[in-house]
Amino acid sequence: MKPLRDAGLSALVALGLFGVMIGLKTDAGPHSLVLRARPWAVAAAVAAVFFGRLAMLYWRQWRPAGTPSPRHVAATLSRIGRYAAPLLLAFAITLPLYAGRYWLDLGVLVLTYVMLGWGLNIVVGLAGLLDLGYVAFYAVGAYSYALLAQTFDLGFWTCLPLAGLLAALWGVMLGFPVLRLRGDYLAIVTLAFGEIIRIVLLNWVSLTGGPNGLSGIPRPTLFGLKFNGGGGPGSFADFFGLEPSISQRVVYLYFVILGLALLTNWVSLRLRRLPLGRAWEALREDEVACRSLGINVTVTKLTAFAIGAAFGGFAGAFFATRQAFISPESFTFIESAVVLAIVVLGGLGSQLGTALAALVMIGGAEVFRDLQEYRMLIFGLALVVVMVVRPRGLVSGRTPSVALGGRRHIGADMMSEGHG
Amino acid sequence: MAYALQQLINGVTLGMIYGLIAVGYTMVYGIIGMINFAHGDIFMVGAFLSLIALTGLAALGISSVPLALAITLVFAAGLAALYGWTVERVAYRPLRGSFRLAPLISAIGMSIVLQNFVQVSQGARVKPMAALIPGGMPLMRDGTFTVQLSWMQIAIVITTLVMLAAFTWLVTRTPLGRAMRACEQDLKMAGLLGIDTDRTISLTFVIGAALAAVAGLLFLLYYGVIDFFIGFVAGVKAFTAAVLGGIGSLPGAVLGGLAIGLIETFWSAYFSVQYKDVASFSILVLVLIFMPTGILGRADVEKV
Repeated sequence: MKPLRDAGLSALVALGLFGVMIGLKTDAGPHSLVLRARPWAVAAAVAAVFFGRLAMLYWRQWRPAGTPSPRHVAATLSRIGRYAAPLLLAFAITLPLYAGRYWLDLGVLVLTYVMLGWGLNIVVGLAGLLDLGYVAFYAVGAYSYALLAQTFDLGFWTCLPLAGLLAALWGVMLGFPVLRLRGDYLAIVTLAFGEIIRIVLLNWVSLTGGPNGLSGIPRPTLFGLKFNGGGGPGSFADFFGLEPSISQRVVYLYFVILGLALLTNWVSLRLRRLPLGRAWEALREDEVACRSLGINVTVTKLTAFAIGAAFGGFAGAFFATRQAFISPESFTFIESAVVLAIVVLGGLGSQLGTALAALVMIGGAEVFRDLQEYRMLIFGLALVVVMVVRPRGLVSGRTPSVALGGRRHIGADMMSEGHG
Repeated sequence: MAYALQQLINGVTLGMIYGLIAVGYTMVYGIIGMINFAHGDIFMVGAFLSLIALTGLAALGISSVPLALAITLVFAAGLAALYGWTVERVAYRPLRGSFRLAPLISAIGMSIVLQNFVQVSQGARVKPMAALIPGGMPLMRDGTFTVQLSWMQIAIVITTLVMLAAFTWLVTRTPLGRAMRACEQDLKMAGLLGIDTDRTISLTFVIGAALAAVAGLLFLLYYGVIDFFIGFVAGVKAFTAAVLGGIGSLPGAVLGGLAIGLIETFWSAYFSVQYKDVASFSILVLVLIFMPTGILGRADVEKV
C-alpha cells in the first residue's frame, strides 16, 4: 500500500505545481489578459506523475536481484568499447555510401557536436576546468572565418587555422584572469564571458551585422574546386565529369567534419600521453598536489583553455561554412549547456562516451523534432534523469595513463573526488 | 543632478529586486555549496504565478488593489515555494554527496525544464500587464525634467525591506534559523548533532523560492511585461550580486543587489542600454578575480 500512498502524494504535489501553471493559461484578450481554463491538461499531467511514480516505485521493489554494480557495468562497457570504437568509425566512414541526404545532414550535425564535445573534453574532462562559456570560442571561430573570408577573400582552408588560432587566443585571454578560480566560480565566470561575447556580437552592428548576422559566407572548396549545384567550369562536378548535384557538397562537408573530429580525437589521445596531458589529469585530480610537485599550474591551465578553444574555433569555422549564414542566435548559452551535457553524459574524459552521448543527444533531439517546443523540455528532463541515475555519465571510469603491469580499468565509484 | 537623482531612485528599486533573488542564491550556496542554477527560473515562475493570480482576481471582480496584491503575494510565494521544494527533492537531493559537477549539471537541466515548461504551458509570447499602482509624487523639478518617485517604487522598497526583516528574524531568532546556520558551518557535524539536515536544506530552498517569487511579483508590477526567459539574465545578475556582497552573507546579498542595480541603471543612463548586461557580467568577472570573497564575505580557508 505504501507505493500507492507515495504516488498519491506525488500526484498531490503535481496538482499543486501544474494546477495553476497548466490549468490557467493567460491569453491576450480584447483589453487585457484573460484566463482560459484547461482542466483536462492538468488531469493528464497529474495522472502521468501518479502512474510514473507508481511504476518507478514498483520497479524499484521488483527489480531483479543481483543488479550489476557500476564498476562491473563500466568494465563491461570498456570491453565493448574496444570493439565499438572501430565499428563506429567504420560506420561513420561508410555512411555516405548508403545514406540519403537527410541522414548525411544529420551526420554532419552529430559530428559537429562530437567535435565540440571532444574539444570541451580537453578543458572539462582532462584538465577538470568547468567551462560554461565554450560556445564563445565556437562563435569566435565562426565569425573569424566569416569576416576573414568576406573581407580578405580568403578560402576555407586558409581561414581554418586562423580561426582556430584566434579562438585559442581568446581562450588564453579568458583563461588568464580566471586562473585562480575554481569549480562553480569558474563555471559562472566562463558563462558570463560567453554572454558578453554574444552581446557584443549582437550589438556591434557595423562589424557583425548585429541580429541580422552575416550571410553569403563562402563554401569550402577541394583544392580550388567548387561544390555548387549548377556545375560550370571550376566546379567539382565539371572537373571529374560528373552530373552536378548538391549532394556532392553534403558528402564533402560530411568528410570534412569527420576529418576534423578525428583530428580532435587523435590530438587529445596523443596529448594525454605527453607530459602536458599528464599534468592536465593531475590538475583535475588535485591542484594543491600538482603545485607541490612543481607543475606550472598557470601554463597547464592556459594550454588546456587554448587547445580546447582552438578546436571550438575549428568547429565554429566549419559551422559557418556549412550554414553560409551565422547570427548571434546560434551561440546562446543553451549551446554551451548542450555541449557540456554531452561531455558529462559521456563520462568525463572518455572519448568514446562523448561520441556516443553526442549521437544519443543530438540524434535523439532530431527524433523529437516533431514535438517542436516539447523538445527542449524533454532535453532538460533527460539531463536531470541521467544525472540522477548515472551521475558519472554513460561510460564512467578512467584508465590510468601509466600503470605497472597490465592497465586496469578503474570504475568511477572507486575514485575519490577531484577538486579543481 | 535631477537626472542622476532619478537614476538613483530607479537603481535602488531595481537593486532591491536583485537583492531578494540574491538571498536565495547565497543561502543555498552557503549551506550546500552549489550554485542553484534554477533559482532565476523560480523567480520567473513566481512572476508568472503572480500574473495568473492578478488576472484571475481581476476576473473575479476583486477591485481593491491592496487586497488583490496581498492575496497574490501569498499565493505566488506559496506555490513557488512548492516549486523550490520539488526542484530540490527531484534534482538535487539524490545527488548529494555525488561528484561535484553532477548537481550543477542537474541544476542546468532543471533550469531548462522550468523555462520550457512555462513556455509550453503559458506560451512564448511576452505577457503585458496594466500598471496596478499608477502615479507617484514629484520630488524635484529641474527645468523641464521632473524627478518622479512613483508609488510603485515606494511599494517595492517597502515590500523588500519587510521581507528581508522577516527573513533576518527567521534566520537569527528561530530554531529553524539556528539549524540553517549550523548546516552552513558544517553540514556533517550538524547532522551528527541531531539536526535533520535534509529537512533544513529543503526549507532553505522553500524560503529562497518564496523570496524569489516575491521578487517576481515586484518585477511584474514594476516592468509590466514578463516572458519565460527573464529568469536567466536576472538569475546571473542576482548571482553576481550574491558574489559581490560575499557569498553566504545575507546583508551582503542585499548590498550586492543594490550595487548591481545602481551600476546597471547608471550605465544604461549614461553609457549605453545595449551593453548594460555586459556591465553587470564584467562586474562579476572583476569581483571574482580581484575580490573573490566579496564585500562582506569571509575568506574560504582551504585545508589540505
